[in-house]
Amino acid sequence: MLALTIYLSFAGALIETMLPKTKAAPARWFALIVAMAGLALGIAGFASGMGKGLVTFVDMPWVPSMGIHFRLAADGISRVLVLLTGLAAVAGVLFSWNIEFRTNQFFAFFLALIGGVYGVFLSFDLFLLFVFYEIAIVPKYFLIAIWGSTRREYAAMKLAIYSFVGSAMVLVGLLAAYATSGGHSTGLAELAHAGLPVSFQMWAFPLVFTGFAILAGMWPFHTWAPTGHVAAPTAASMLLAGVVMKLGAYGCLRVAIALFPHGMDPWGFSFAGLTSWRDVFAVLAVIGIVYGALVALAQTDFKFVIGYSSVSHMGFVLLGLMTLNQVGVTGAVLQMFSHGVIAGLLFAIVGRILYDRTHTRQLAELERMHLSKRLPFAAWAFVIAGMASMGLPGFSGFVAELQVLIGAWVARPWWTAAAGVGIVIGVAYTWRALQKAFFADALPTPDEHPRTGWPKFEAITWPEIAGTALLVAATVVVGVYPRILLDTIEPAVKTLLAGGAQ
Amino acid sequence: MNYLDLFRVTLPETALEVAALVVLVVDLAFLRKAPLQARATVAALLGVIGCGASILMMLFQSQNGLSYPGTGELLLSVGGYTAVAQAGILVLTVLTLFLLIDSNFTRHVGEYVAVVLMAATGGLLIAAAQDLLVIFVALELLSLGLYILTAFAKHSGKSAESAMKYYLFGGMATAFLLFGFSYLYGIAGSTSLHQIMLAMYRPDAAATAPLLYVALVMVAAGLGFKVAAVPFHLWAPDTYEGAPAPAAAFIASVSKVASFALLIGIATAAAHVFGDAQVARVAVVAGGTHSGYRGFGAPWSAILIALAVSSMVLGNLAALAQTSVRRLLAYSAMAHAGYILLALAFFSYSAESTNAILYYILTYGLTTIGAFGVVAVVERATGSDKMDAFLGLHKRSPILADVLFVLLLSLAGIPPLVGFWAKFNLFVAVLRVSAGVVPFALVALAVALSAVSLYYYLQVLKRAYVMPAVDDTPIVAHPVTMGVLILIAASVLALGCFPALLQGWLAGF
Repeated sequence: MLALTIYLSFAGALIETMLPKTKAAPARWFALIVAMAGLALGIAGFASGMGKGLVTFVDMPWVPSMGIHFRLAADGISRVLVLLTGLAAVAGVLFSWNIEFRTNQFFAFFLALIGGVYGVFLSFDLFLLFVFYEIAIVPKYFLIAIWGSTRREYAAMKLAIYSFVGSAMVLVGLLAAYATSGGHSTGLAELAHAGLPVSFQMWAFPLVFTGFAILAGMWPFHTWAPTGHVAAPTAASMLLAGVVMKLGAYGCLRVAIALFPHGMDPWGFSFAGLTSWRDVFAVLAVIGIVYGALVALAQTDFKFVIGYSSVSHMGFVLLGLMTLNQVGVTGAVLQMFSHGVIAGLLFAIVGRILYDRTHTRQLAELERMHLSKRLPFAAWAFVIAGMASMGLPGFSGFVAELQVLIGAWVARPWWTAAAGVGIVIGVAYTWRALQKAFFADALPTPDEHPRTGWPKFEAITWPEIAGTALLVAATVVVGVYPRILLDTIEPAVKTLLAGGAQ
Repeated sequence: MNYLDLFRVTLPETALEVAALVVLVVDLAFLRKAPLQARATVAALLGVIGCGASILMMLFQSQNGLSYPGTGELLLSVGGYTAVAQAGILVLTVLTLFLLIDSNFTRHVGEYVAVVLMAATGGLLIAAAQDLLVIFVALELLSLGLYILTAFAKHSGKSAESAMKYYLFGGMATAFLLFGFSYLYGIAGSTSLHQIMLAMYRPDAAATAPLLYVALVMVAAGLGFKVAAVPFHLWAPDTYEGAPAPAAAFIASVSKVASFALLIGIATAAAHVFGDAQVARVAVVAGGTHSGYRGFGAPWSAILIALAVSSMVLGNLAALAQTSVRRLLAYSAMAHAGYILLALAFFSYSAESTNAILYYILTYGLTTIGAFGVVAVVERATGSDKMDAFLGLHKRSPILADVLFVLLLSLAGIPPLVGFWAKFNLFVAVLRVSAGVVPFALVALAVALSAVSLYYYLQVLKRAYVMPAVDDTPIVAHPVTMGVLILIAASVLALGCFPALLQGWLAGF
């Protein structure tokens, strides 16, 4: 059933290209219907998959001579991420309701990207996974380059090149793993059981992990993320931060860690205190957490604050993966979901609700606008999103980051200490942005007339309310009752870490 | 050998030659007064029929090939990679002929089609040739045709200039090739590829090693010119830019298929020496070869590796700086030739290498013809092949823009388009032959450089889709041209989604 999400999205993209160019309404409604159908399928698949392990939907030979199968399946991790993709897609369409320029093309690229993302999460053949992974690159480029803002062509090309370089690294690893295992199959399970030599895993792991982690925003390969997020149209930043970065993290887990577990074995020597690739990537993740938060603290552009906060939060995902214990990896997967929802919400508020009315993202200018009084909806929404982003209890981020930190403590206590600093700075930059954008009491500039009242902003529209409500609900539900996802994630993580049948 | 045998083996070539004469006669005798487009249509259709007849004739060919009387040494082979390459040459020729209908670079359409068919005949012979003399004659037949085709736009100075360059470089390359052949003959005392390969592995062959190396470098120079491998590539950008579009498409596709078929033929002949029993790997990498004589394989693959690396690197990097789309395609052609040369350097006697190379070159030829078709249409409408001529193409002709989108992304190797499968196949073939560090490193380099290639392909697509149009007038192309371009794009997509189709067909030979 979940496999339908892929076909549906691609078919939707194809039909969008045939819709009339001049009218925006049919394209919007059609995209919303497709995205909601995807979300409905995701929920149904999630519900029906509870308590089950790996469920295979399709498994047929695709390229028989090379042992490549068209194999779509889902375990707990996939089901949660498909659910996230459905949420992000619906919210993305709702927050793109104001796209008037080449609307049908916009949604065609949007749905193609979504289809590729669904495909990655559901592929259990390494080759197929790679195909979907690359399919997702091209629409990103055009979404940003055509409908973007600040330095969009630069940002789009940077994003495309980073993604493609990352996927080139993955492809080399894929080819090498395929050839080394004897070239019989590219199935994830078959490759995991192929007994790849440790010496091979030792170089394949860092290669493939880095290739995927580029897309997950790992420091120092994160620089595409802030520029890309800022330049992208709102829906595309929501997708980029919400699901595309998860593609990278998911690949790290599903491919790099699961196929090359011995790549994280100790080297047998110590280099600057590092004794294995695991240490190396954990340190990079911790640097990402702290660095992203520090840079976010210094931004003058509201969207850049959110962009760098994504780097910081994705650091938690990578750190969780590198703990290699049950609680840490579970936390990492939950953090993928949580960050997907929260980052989507933050970008929606900053990029759409605020920017479309104030036409600025500069904190210095927003300071003078008294937005808490003039846009109370946006202020409330950002307070909630900010709390969620800070990791306050009652929101999904709390559960996720807590688990990551516990896992990190078990693995190496000082990782937790360093990442904890990141959380504190996270509170600071969210607070600073919140205060400056909404609750600043800077005097109005002389040319404004407080006595006659400020000029009215256009009213908040229903798609904005619906999208905000959807995302807030998701983070609160998971925050209050995390078992709803954890029950699904935990068994899948357990199997994966045990190196068992995937 | 008697002439009947010759005739039975060269039926497809004969059909093409007859068609070439028929085109000439019909055009010169009956259609002198007809309007140009009608003449072009008739000539192209006759050419297409000729190619079709040629493909049909392949079914009736004698299946044993043609041998020297008495010795059993092959002159022309039939079946196997030859059949695939020949069928590919004919199909690609048909597609380039369709591009003629909408062009106006010459009034001599009959002659144009006749020369195309004769050059294609040369291509068919190259794909079959197993003897140095036949190889040489067939290569010349193809090359002379290409020189003429390049110069066919008589009112264009660029066309004449590029043809002259092409001719001069070509003549030089031919001289090198012939010189190399003469050494090979000197070493082996035979012009048969099979005999030459046997001679190279004789116990006393080490004595002639220096001679062999000179010969191989000369031959590589001659053939490297044909496939536009760096550093023998200098003709390519000018020719791709100056030649009339259908001729450029022909040069970029058909002549490449023929030349790579010849390289496959040479590698296969070398692999055959080892026999079926032994794991025959022509290419054993250069590492440690200084110790002694290693026959044909090691030096040959070392030369090919050098050509491959320089082609991949220079082709991809120089393409970044191009402003003309045709020149960009020329540099990207070098890059693609580099990837294929890699697979030729690590060649195995199993069908895998052969099939991977054929898969690559055939689908590459198909895609390139499509790309040149789009360039030709845009060029006619805007008068330029500069990147900026593609500004706003998605508005001016949405279908054309979509076709270009599919073709260029396929060339960049984005799945699920056929270019990705071709690359994947090719690299897997390389890694399967040899699992050492060198092939891994070379494949990694190739994959990294194809990441670079996305940048320049996106430069074109950026203009077609992203940047604002300067001129909004719609671009209209002849329905046949549009039909062919859509067909090409559709097959690039379909073969990408169902890669087993073409692979299954290739495996059938």
